[in-house]
Amino acid sequence: MSRPSDVDQVPPSASEPRGGEPDAELAVASQRTLVWRALRRHKLAMAGLVVTCLLYLVAIFADFLAPYDPNDINADYAFAPPQQLHIVDTSGDEWDWGLYVNGYEQTRDPETLALTFREDPSVKVPVEFLARGPEYELFGLISTNIHLIGPADPDGPPMYLLGASRTGHDQLSRILHGARISMSIGLVGLAMAFTLGVVLGGVSGYFGGKADAVIQRLVEFFMSVPAIPLWLGLAAALPRDWGPLQRYLAITVILSIINWTDLARVVRGRFLALRGEDFVTAAYLDGIRQRRIIGRHMLPSFASHLIAAMTLSIPAMILAETSLSFLGLGLRPPTISWGVLLSDVDVRALETAPWLLLPGVAVVVAVLAINFLGDGLRDAADPYQS
Amino acid sequence: MSRSDVLLDVQGLKTHFTTDDGVVRAVDGMDLSISRGRTTCLVGESGCGKSITARSILQLIDPPGRIAAGRIWWHGGEETAEPTDLAALDPRGARMRAMRGADISMIFQEPMAAFSPMYTVGDHLVEAIQLHLPLSRKDATEKAVHLLGRVGIPRPDQRMHAYPFQLSGGMCQRVMIAMALACEPSLLIADEPTTALDVTTQARILDLLTELQDDTGMAMLFITHDLGVVAEIADDVSVMYLGTVVEEGSVTDVFDSPRHPYTQALIASVPRMGSRGDRARRLAAIEGIVPHPLQRPAGCPFHTRCHALIGDVCHERLPDLHSVDGGQLARCHLYDESVVDPGAGRAQLPLLPAAPVVTGDRPQPAPEDDRAPVLEVRDLTMHYPVKRGLLNRTVGHVRAVDGVSLAIQPGETLGLVGESGCGKTTLGRAIVRAIAPTSGQITYRGDNGAVDLAGLPDSELRGYRGQIRMIFQDPFSSLNPRMTLLQLLAEPFRNPALRRDRIDSEMEQRVADMLARVGLRPEYMRRYPHAFSGGQRQRVNIARALITTPRLVVADEAVSALDVSVRAQILNLLADLRDEYHLTYLFISHDLSVVEHLCDRVAVMYLGKIVETTTTAQLFDTPRHPYTEALLSAVPVADPHRRANRRGTRLSDDLPDPSAAPPGCSFHTRCPYVRADRCGTEVPLLRGVGTDHAVACHHAEALTLRGTTSTISTPN
Repeated sequence: MSRPSDVDQVPPSASEPRGGEPDAELAVASQRTLVWRALRRHKLAMAGLVVTCLLYLVAIFADFLAPYDPNDINADYAFAPPQQLHIVDTSGDEWDWGLYVNGYEQTRDPETLALTFREDPSVKVPVEFLARGPEYELFGLISTNIHLIGPADPDGPPMYLLGASRTGHDQLSRILHGARISMSIGLVGLAMAFTLGVVLGGVSGYFGGKADAVIQRLVEFFMSVPAIPLWLGLAAALPRDWGPLQRYLAITVILSIINWTDLARVVRGRFLALRGEDFVTAAYLDGIRQRRIIGRHMLPSFASHLIAAMTLSIPAMILAETSLSFLGLGLRPPTISWGVLLSDVDVRALETAPWLLLPGVAVVVAVLAINFLGDGLRDAADPYQS
Repeated sequence: MSRSDVLLDVQGLKTHFTTDDGVVRAVDGMDLSISRGRTTCLVGESGCGKSITARSILQLIDPPGRIAAGRIWWHGGEETAEPTDLAALDPRGARMRAMRGADISMIFQEPMAAFSPMYTVGDHLVEAIQLHLPLSRKDATEKAVHLLGRVGIPRPDQRMHAYPFQLSGGMCQRVMIAMALACEPSLLIADEPTTALDVTTQARILDLLTELQDDTGMAMLFITHDLGVVAEIADDVSVMYLGTVVEEGSVTDVFDSPRHPYTQALIASVPRMGSRGDRARRLAAIEGIVPHPLQRPAGCPFHTRCHALIGDVCHERLPDLHSVDGGQLARCHLYDESVVDPGAGRAQLPLLPAAPVVTGDRPQPAPEDDRAPVLEVRDLTMHYPVKRGLLNRTVGHVRAVDGVSLAIQPGETLGLVGESGCGKTTLGRAIVRAIAPTSGQITYRGDNGAVDLAGLPDSELRGYRGQIRMIFQDPFSSLNPRMTLLQLLAEPFRNPALRRDRIDSEMEQRVADMLARVGLRPEYMRRYPHAFSGGQRQRVNIARALITTPRLVVADEAVSALDVSVRAQILNLLADLRDEYHLTYLFISHDLSVVEHLCDRVAVMYLGKIVETTTTAQLFDTPRHPYTEALLSAVPVADPHRRANRRGTRLSDDLPDPSAAPPGCSFHTRCPYVRADRCGTEVPLLRGVGTDHAVACHHAEALTLRGTTSTISTPN
């Protein structure tokens, strides 16, 4: 049956749209390429993607980026306000280029005995990049003491670019380190929710019948339990003597208990919709195995939707962790997360030390960025629609 | 036509859409004039700008679209009044809103989608009436009931309280028409009003429109892609291609002597009723597809697909509309005296060449064996339970397929026709065993003897999957968008029964050959389906069905989703491949003209049962079942001269609910020949009446039914 020369008898126009090759590159573009193309046009999503990537980079290199060890305490500087980073000193006769911050001038209120700080323009604390600071182990392997930025003299007066906490921690270092827990708890929790959601949702959607009924009732049950009291109850039940790592894992499990239900519904809905699609029927009529129909034909068609749904549920995880920790039921010091940092804030601090709310800004930025990215992914998930 | 006859005059209309990829010139220099009291058909393939033209007239273009240039003169006001330029009116202004619905109204393709499901039919109608006429709610309601009765809706006072989803598509379209007529407009724009409807319903809607037009004297702009409908209803025809009119004239002129190559090709590519008995005849297909408006060719927009090119002038200059012999106008250089030497005699449009044969030499047809049928279906039923209530109890069954028996001989093409909802698709899917039938036998005679597929489990069915294949209707949803053509076509060999798990070079060669066979370039095998048009995807579908060298192919509405010219290409391809591979087809279609063109035998299905089966010629010449007669008379014929003598049987009502089929003969509720004695009580069985002719009607012998006459006037 093979005579390729027959092709020449086919009028060329019968087999290709006129007007030249429309886009030969596009024609062989796989779905991933098309989704990426669509996503790139979504400006907000691209901004979200950049910020999200930056946040995760911060989490990875927190040790290096932070000027101090987040657990270092300097009680002399409790509630020290943020310092301004100066680039050029104009106080002298001529401009003196170079990074520096002004030192603090401490005064004690004679009545309340409260310590107040004021920047002292006469004291210059020189700051440099790649400064020597406290020792740390990068990735737990390389022992070094080089930090991205820090006071030139490690033993001189300290530098608090974002102020200091009640106990005299450097707020900047703690926010940078907090990104580690806060940004990763979403991912780890999601991995669990994803596994549960895809397996249970897949069984529910593909096989239907009794399994579907049981799983759907289960989903509805979990959805009907009020989330915050459930978390509170579970978190309160955690043994007090658990270490930070155990607690961290326990919290992720608690968070994913609620989150898998949404994913399970998404997966089930997709399977149900796809089961009736002609191309799935066609694959069945090709006589191929069920495993391959699911794995090669059905799953890839909604993988992008799944990724979008997952991305959109990360912010919920981050927020949940923050809330729990803020209420004192999630992670606890000495673990550092944005929620733990926020739990330091009380009403008095709001008045006198508003910079303690800065971890909240970090949460807002992270949640917004990931939401933008997720929205963009959702729009781009089906590149064949237009 | 004199100036005063003109109701609407569109001059040089340009409607453009600004997109990220550039300016899409959907309508580009459109001229159209509609005369009072006449029906003007706007015809062309999809993507030609027909609907955009209609929407531009009513200023219904949504951003990013806008009317870039042109005038739309409305002469519908008072006798002495100056004409109004609709294009200059504010789309949201009071003038334009007063025009819509009152002077010009519009009906749409999807009647269901055009209604708000939250309101009753009566609410819709009363709102439309009160918007334009100073009537009280009571008077408006009265008028609405009257209107519903006038468009042929039985028991109109009760139907006023029905919600749109409680009505069938045909009924909804009638309500739409009632709404459109509420204020007695001077112009009715009908945008593909019957495309989504069954052929029997379409016939009745067309009758209704003609009748209403006779009564009210309104003009009609009727948009359609179906030349049969054009021949049926039009007075004047405008043929559109890529945003401009390429030919306009009276319906008889256009059909008898089309002047533009596109019109000529369009008419030639429609299978005509009465053309049977000529199985070898190929449809004259137009090459290629309508280009995207962004890739509009320079010069004459049709030159890329034209069979009558004159020379460079076609590539360089857009032709004007030239009057041909004082008759219709055609936008072709052929009639331009500055291009074609007038001394050389009147320019003649060359005849459209027959479509080239794709295959080389034809192999000898396989020897006629013992005439044992390839497929024999016996008493096949497919019932779906209807569950209701709290306990999900089965309260009845939808008998989608209800005791069907049929046989297909090797090398034969059996057509299966019927209205939508009659169970033909379910039957097709049961035969390929995409679904498991409730009961009955499906005996397939393959190389290894006969086997009953009905009861086989998946694992044993795999051995037959390569021998019985299916071609799907929708070329878009039937190809996995995540796979390249190579992967798609190699997929059937993943079947464990065929044991070919790797895509090796031998497989690649095979795919390349198959693609070439169906008219696609083998180089395209690494492309994804999104790179192809609908027609090309249908070629891929065919290639996938045929790559396992099957014996039986079930084609479910394989050409229904395609445009006229592409449909002709695919029909030719199916016929070629049938001859080349000695295939046996079960061709499921609602389109009788396509069935007549392609099939040797036809089975007519109604409510899950076969009511008549015979050879194509006998079925179309001498139908014996009243349902067949009704179907035949409902098919619009692409010949305006046969309009007068074919107003035939019209079915009275819509298809009954298949979960509660009427007792006795299931057709007796709609049958025009129903008799009191047996029809309502006794189920007629399929019985032989004459040679090779079976029919399920008690009174088949006593009836004289009309078929289609085979006299046919050929164009040119």
